[in-house]
Amino acid sequence: MSEETSQQQSSQQLQSSSSILKPGTPAPNFTLRSTPDQSVSLSQFRGHPTILAFYPADFSPVCGDQMALYNEILPEFQRFNAELVGVSVDGVWSHLAFSKDRNLHFPILSDFEPKGEVAKKYGVYRKQDGMTERALFVIDSNGIIQWSYVSPIGVNPGAEGILKALESITISEPKK
Amino acid sequence: MSVKEEIIKLTLPVNSNRDHIQGPSAAPVTLLEYGDYQCPYCGQAYPIIKQVQKHLGNKLRFVFRNFPITQIHPHAQHAAESAESAAAQNKFWEMHDHLYEHQQALDDNHLEKYAGELGLDLTRFNHDRSSHAHTQRIREDFLSGVRSGVNGTPTFYINGMRYNDSWDLETLLKTLRSKF
Repeated sequence: MSEETSQQQSSQQLQSSSSILKPGTPAPNFTLRSTPDQSVSLSQFRGHPTILAFYPADFSPVCGDQMALYNEILPEFQRFNAELVGVSVDGVWSHLAFSKDRNLHFPILSDFEPKGEVAKKYGVYRKQDGMTERALFVIDSNGIIQWSYVSPIGVNPGAEGILKALESITISEPKK
Repeated sequence: MSVKEEIIKLTLPVNSNRDHIQGPSAAPVTLLEYGDYQCPYCGQAYPIIKQVQKHLGNKLRFVFRNFPITQIHPHAQHAAESAESAAAQNKFWEMHDHLYEHQQALDDNHLEKYAGELGLDLTRFNHDRSSHAHTQRIREDFLSGVRSGVNGTPTFYINGMRYNDSWDLETLLKTLRSKF
């Protein structure tokens, strides 16, 4: 990443604050394809905390890219009874290949047509390059956003923020 | 490489009772790596770390923790268990180095061969592996990495802070030298 970009992104919280949906906001529902013949709706996760991870593109050239990392950490998310879904603007065929290559055990959804429509609803679409931000949302079991975060596009945010958000939900929303 | 302003700290401090450490405990700078034996980027970092150690000598303490990404690296877990089994016979670093120097062949047969080459007690080595004697410890390393903001492999920490810059020799040396 260039210095210029880094500087632009050092104020990423400010940059993101203009549009990304904030905690306390009901998470907009959506239905997106996960495979050529299957769809996933956010509403079907009601009753579970849900992690919504927007990422720029399938197949980034690093080991342990964000989705592969979350895949490995999945058992930790599941301790909170949480569901994880990834979202990018890639088509379902790309998702299929990516999911197979990384051996992913959670759905990745295709915000492909109309392109970026869901990302726009969440305030995390990058019109300038036609991708989503690298953005995270933790949604509680009632469908309310409890935490949101935009990472600089080139920086994998890891999972610590997600786990902290899930912990705070668990404290404020004891298991039924 | 990216520059992130946010400071991300190591949540599990370096502890000589549990960690694999090279260099003096009084060294002014500690470099800690979360790594995966099958990760090609960790393989690229391996000779760089060796050179860094050579340049800095007693000023550097180096620590290695396991972060196997098993869903994309099918041999990573067994390789990590082999290194921990070697550690139980006081040969962690010998195995660690051997694994990175033979990264293209990390299947179980080769792992056993390497143990033989290092002169390990093979009965004990195989028993440790088959009984998963060190699985818990590897998981503990992995989870400590997750909670410390590891975001891929390798991830480095310098004096307990996540290092986000490039780990090419020049940049890494310059950063480490700036700490003493």
